[in-house]
Amino acid sequence: MTTDRQLAGGFSFENCRRNEMLVQKGLKQPSFLKTGTTIVGLIFQDGVILGADTRATEGPIVADKNCEKIHYMAPNIYCCGAGTAADTEAVTDMVSSQLKLHRYHTGRESRVITALTLLKSHLFSYQGYVSAALVLGGVDVTGPHLHTIYPHGSTDTLPFATMGSGSLAAMSVFESKYREGLSKDEGVKLVAEAICSGIFNDLGSGSNVDICVITKGKKEYLRNYMLPNPRTYINQKGYSFVKKTEVLKTKITPLKETVEVVEVEAMEE
Amino acid sequence: MVGKNCFAIASDRRLGVQLQTIATDFQKIYKIHDKLFIGLAGLATDAQTLHQKLVFRHKLYQLREERDMKPETFASLVSALLYEKRFGPYFCQPVIAGLGDEDKPFICTMDSIGAKELAKDFVVAGTASESLYGACESMFKPDMEAEELFETISQALLSSVDRDCLSGWGGHVYLVTPTEVTERILKGRMD
Repeated sequence: MTTDRQLAGGFSFENCRRNEMLVQKGLKQPSFLKTGTTIVGLIFQDGVILGADTRATEGPIVADKNCEKIHYMAPNIYCCGAGTAADTEAVTDMVSSQLKLHRYHTGRESRVITALTLLKSHLFSYQGYVSAALVLGGVDVTGPHLHTIYPHGSTDTLPFATMGSGSLAAMSVFESKYREGLSKDEGVKLVAEAICSGIFNDLGSGSNVDICVITKGKKEYLRNYMLPNPRTYINQKGYSFVKKTEVLKTKITPLKETVEVVEVEAMEE
Repeated sequence: MVGKNCFAIASDRRLGVQLQTIATDFQKIYKIHDKLFIGLAGLATDAQTLHQKLVFRHKLYQLREERDMKPETFASLVSALLYEKRFGPYFCQPVIAGLGDEDKPFICTMDSIGAKELAKDFVVAGTASESLYGACESMFKPDMEAEELFETISQALLSSVDRDCLSGWGGHVYLVTPTEVTERILKGRMD
């Protein structure tokens, strides 16, 4: 039965009533992983540059110091995600697979507008409950494109865009320094600067800078392009423990070695 | 926690309803196959349900593919299973640890709706996660040998659960190397 329903796809709501009851009885709802996030994108003279910080948070706790927020959509399209981590991940993965099937079907390169439509129609149909705020960028036959998508499914088409909790800090950098026809190096520098302003001025964003440069027929994914917050406080030797922890019981199971099965010809009768 | 060609996965042993302790020998770490383990923190009924579902799916995979699941594949399976219940989640936070191709250790944790968090060094989950972050962050060293890894993970676990009143009552540690699995039960505070 389980497998049947899984083929149908979509969300399952079978735990909802039970969870409501549990919460009423005093169990607290588990918190979700958020990306906090500063994500940005801009159009430069021959393509699109996307940027993101690498902090994932769970409430006030930093859950991951170096996570990936620039998701692959198609070879010529990437997408930055902010909001609930599971939603951005799931939504981009799903659309990415739909795009791949579409490419197999048509034999053509995916267009950014296709990805945009798929994303917004999914998000709109869930009325903003799937909380993914995205910056979608790519270069296709019709040129470079940059879009922002809000959790409710509305979209913008912009020459430069920011999203997430650090969007204000990043936008202030873009508003003061962006101009049309930036070169690649200028663009990357500006994106890095915008992300850094998010990292240092927004508490939800932090750690490193990831950048993705997409030009016609080429992409460069610069993972950890900048590391402005290295760990300097760590003790090189680390801790070593003299006193052993008290062990009550030990059980050692040796693992079986894998046996090669050699095919032997059947004996003749 | 990851060591050199090995990993360790540890949990405490308490099962309780709010502040009342029900059992002090509860298994929270489940074996999927020889080199793949999953620890499930959170609501015990969901942990057990999820474990049954995962074992079921893994057995089907074994029958179809005639091989064990890679840890990466398994993590995606868990993530998909959890995300399906996005709006009515299992109250459960998994920690997955396994040895992959060429015995490369893999660890990963998720929130209750399947947002994967991959790390190279250590992952934590559960009620004591805040103190575990601190302990692991300072005690962890890269490329530890098996025995040192065991000592480090045990120290980190015990010192963290002592600062969390909802966990404790000893610990359970699995230490997995390419050749053997060592399971140890730790003595801890019983209050």
